[in-house]
Amino acid sequence: MNWEILGIWLGAMLTLCLYSFLYRDNPFYKFAEHLFVGMSAGYWVIYSIENVLKPNWWQQMFPEDGGFNWIWIIPGIFALFMLARIIPKIAGLSRMALGMIIGAGAGVNMVGFFQTNAMAQVKGTIISVSSGGAWDIISNIILVVGVITGLVYFFFSKAHTGIVGKTANVGITILMVAFGASFGYTIMARISLLIGRCQFLIFDWIPTIPRLLGIGG
Amino acid sequence: MASILEKLGNLDRRIIFVLIALSVIIPVTLKLIFPNPVGAEPSRDMYEYVDALPEGCDVLLSFDYGPSTMPELHPMAIALATHLMRKDINVVCMALWPEGASLAQEVMTSVGDSLGKVQYEDWCNLGYKTGGGIMIVRLGSSMNAVFPTDRDNLPWDEIPMLEYISDLTSFDLIITLSAGDPGVPAWVMMAGDRFGVPVGGGCTAVSAPQYYTYLQTGQMVGLLGGLKGAADYETLVGIENGQAIEGMAPQSIAHLVIMSFIIIGNLAYFSQKRKGGRG
Repeated sequence: MNWEILGIWLGAMLTLCLYSFLYRDNPFYKFAEHLFVGMSAGYWVIYSIENVLKPNWWQQMFPEDGGFNWIWIIPGIFALFMLARIIPKIAGLSRMALGMIIGAGAGVNMVGFFQTNAMAQVKGTIISVSSGGAWDIISNIILVVGVITGLVYFFFSKAHTGIVGKTANVGITILMVAFGASFGYTIMARISLLIGRCQFLIFDWIPTIPRLLGIGG
Repeated sequence: MASILEKLGNLDRRIIFVLIALSVIIPVTLKLIFPNPVGAEPSRDMYEYVDALPEGCDVLLSFDYGPSTMPELHPMAIALATHLMRKDINVVCMALWPEGASLAQEVMTSVGDSLGKVQYEDWCNLGYKTGGGIMIVRLGSSMNAVFPTDRDNLPWDEIPMLEYISDLTSFDLIITLSAGDPGVPAWVMMAGDRFGVPVGGGCTAVSAPQYYTYLQTGQMVGLLGGLKGAADYETLVGIENGQAIEGMAPQSIAHLVIMSFIIIGNLAYFSQKRKGGRG
């Protein structure tokens, strides 16, 4: 049996099953969807055991050169606490593990996130609108006006009337342009995925049909 | 005219699906190639930064994506690996996404073999490690502690090209190919802003508008956004008929079809509204 051709046919059939949803919901789509969910769950369980639990926990507790590091029992217990959620009587134990994860995540990310996504962005907005070439000046003015009017739109402590209302209208226009750009990029991403599937079907799958039927090479 | 617009406004969505499918299938089948001019864009910034790196320096290439985003990110990976290897730059690969490790191996093996590069001397693949941003912080103090072995379980000390690599600051550039989280934000936040290592990369088109803000602030040296970014890099590197360049013709035609339907939909809406309909 040629495993490569079998793999290509499986991929092609499942792709067509999934795209059949565009016509309407049907058993082929449901079959592919359920297969995907089941396969994903199975794949992730095995992958997590082999690539996360074994190297990061088990092999640390029982090193290859022998011995036993008892300290690694503690994260093991915390991992079991996470599973306690499925037993209502002891579900509270999972909060200890979750608290540790959230605490560590917040501690590491809080300052960094604020620095990267707030402070650096604010700093990037404090720019001279009169330096550089003509295009730079226009670009900087749009940036500064866009940020100020966008912020005014989100200022809800004053009614959006008069000058505040007009400024907020400029802000919402800028926001709409940003959403439009995001929408355009999203379409590009989705079409890219369709192109990838079409390239697979046309250049990988269709050439195998004559081979399977015994026509040509 | 109005009745035609009304009919178009109520067009069965499946007809639109068929037209979009045809707008992709026909150019893909005919292998249409549209010109892809590259202006002063973030892709060019990325190319020029890599091009200015000295021979023999070390670059960390992180494969932070899986098969679902391969059409966009895999061509970027191939183009970047080609550029880096042509310049005799040492490439250390790793992955924040589990499937990324296998994709890295595939790209580096095929590009490396075509350019006569040797694994463990010119490139290596450290594999996947869980933890995202928190793991990157650990890489900032010791790479060896996080990756005691590479993907094939070869100990760190036995890989010649890693002799002078101690932590993230040993790298002249970090490139992330990111399909989401963890990806660009984690590298910019932890490696770029915290350890001061230059960060560049590529991302899916969906994420690109969000990450462009990192360019204006200088937090990233360049960014390849979606299939267009990949096609730009293929053009700049000189890869003829690359997968991304071949994808730009169907991409453009599909966009024209979608734009046409947006215009038709709006005309139908205003026509109905003028007639006093619900719109």
